[in-house]
Amino acid sequence: MAGSNNNLDAKALQITPPRWLLAELTYACPLQCPYCSNPVDYAKYPSELSTDDWKRVLSEARKMGAVQLGFSGGEPLTRKDLVELVQHARELGYYSNLITSGYGLTEEKIVQLKEAGLDHIQVSIQASTQELNDHIAGTTSFNHKKEVAHLVKKHGYPMVLCVVIHRENIHQMPQILEMAEELGADYLELANTQYYGWAHTNRDLLLPTKEQFEQAEQIAQAFKEKVAGKMKIYYVVPDFYEDRPKACMNGWGTTFLTIAPDGVALPCHSARDLPGLDCPNVNDYSIQEIWHESKAFNFFRGFEWMKGPCRSCDEKEKDFGGCRCQAYLLTGDMYMADPVCSKSPEHAVIQHAIDSAKVAASLTSDEKPLVFRNSKNSKAKSLVDGKGV
Amino acid sequence: MTINPDLPILFSPLHRLQWEEAQQKYVILYPEGMVELNQSSAEILKCCDGIRNLAQIVTTLEETFSTTGLTNDITAFLEVALQNGWIQQ
Repeated sequence: MAGSNNNLDAKALQITPPRWLLAELTYACPLQCPYCSNPVDYAKYPSELSTDDWKRVLSEARKMGAVQLGFSGGEPLTRKDLVELVQHARELGYYSNLITSGYGLTEEKIVQLKEAGLDHIQVSIQASTQELNDHIAGTTSFNHKKEVAHLVKKHGYPMVLCVVIHRENIHQMPQILEMAEELGADYLELANTQYYGWAHTNRDLLLPTKEQFEQAEQIAQAFKEKVAGKMKIYYVVPDFYEDRPKACMNGWGTTFLTIAPDGVALPCHSARDLPGLDCPNVNDYSIQEIWHESKAFNFFRGFEWMKGPCRSCDEKEKDFGGCRCQAYLLTGDMYMADPVCSKSPEHAVIQHAIDSAKVAASLTSDEKPLVFRNSKNSKAKSLVDGKGV
Repeated sequence: MTINPDLPILFSPLHRLQWEEAQQKYVILYPEGMVELNQSSAEILKCCDGIRNLAQIVTTLEETFSTTGLTNDITAFLEVALQNGWIQQ
């Protein structure tokens, strides 16, 4: 495999080593969150790497310098070899993060994982009330999640509570913050929905209004000051209401490496949807080869791939032109400036999306139902189109 | 937040201090984050064993590096460390 992308002379670039490895162990998940970042056609990729393959991937990436490791999915707890993989990661010196719904997590498993060397557990909760949590998750799970949060604290892990924010729960911001305080969270991640995968499909029903965003952000900001020194707040900004795009992935192929359940290596977890990248598989290549030489990882490295207005923009080294997947999903052109940017010639698509969500807000759930993330819907999506839109 | 000179200082059990071969430096690891340390910061944090207080840490480091007058620098760094939750008292 060679850096055959004609946009870029890879040799001219200083390639930094990966620091973050996201191991998506499986697409299996007992929850059905309609904003899941997994590809909508995940049903097309049922195969999963073996335990030995994952161990090799962890070893190779660690040798290159990866140090933060996320065990994710789907629901990583559905993998029977999770404890074994955690132990391997600890031996290699990773800082391991388990990113889980908490579903199926028992005290026994929490202890086993601790003994194996797991550093931290991030539990997601969908809302501050049982009714809404269970509706969004598509599964009865609220009380168990709160119990898991207690157990995570009890066994000495830093406890990170993650709540994905969208139109259905944004009004609960004060109660969500109260809940985080009650549960003794060390970190609270308030992740405004990013519109990829299933969230892109359901955007009309998930995107709040600007007023809702601003009000929620104000409440979160005041809380952040109140709990300073006790709880850290990670606030993932809602980029549809920003003037400038996010510095996606800290720059393509600079820091982040995602391995999908079937072994496909991705420069970001949504990159599977981009056409023509030929994302390599760890069954065929080493992580070293993938990171340095693959077409996919070199595709948007540096600045040579850019066209106007990014190419001559004095902020390109700050935001790298924003997100390639968002540019593709919203404009059909993955070389386009992220349309979130007010300098983008396609910036109007953001306002269209906001307007469209406003119209959808007046419809009933029968007229415009949420599409839940499950195998049945994924199979249907796989038949309708192959590119995850 | 200031350092209480009487109390021992402990590196936070919710963080990990680790040498990174690939980066040739010490780092602090915590949920989804990493801070890269210069050599002197790392040496200070390695002394935060939950037994020694500020004055004892200063003495240890001044002896180790055969120097004097480190009190102000060490205190300033430990206050930053305390604010960031890297150490506890």
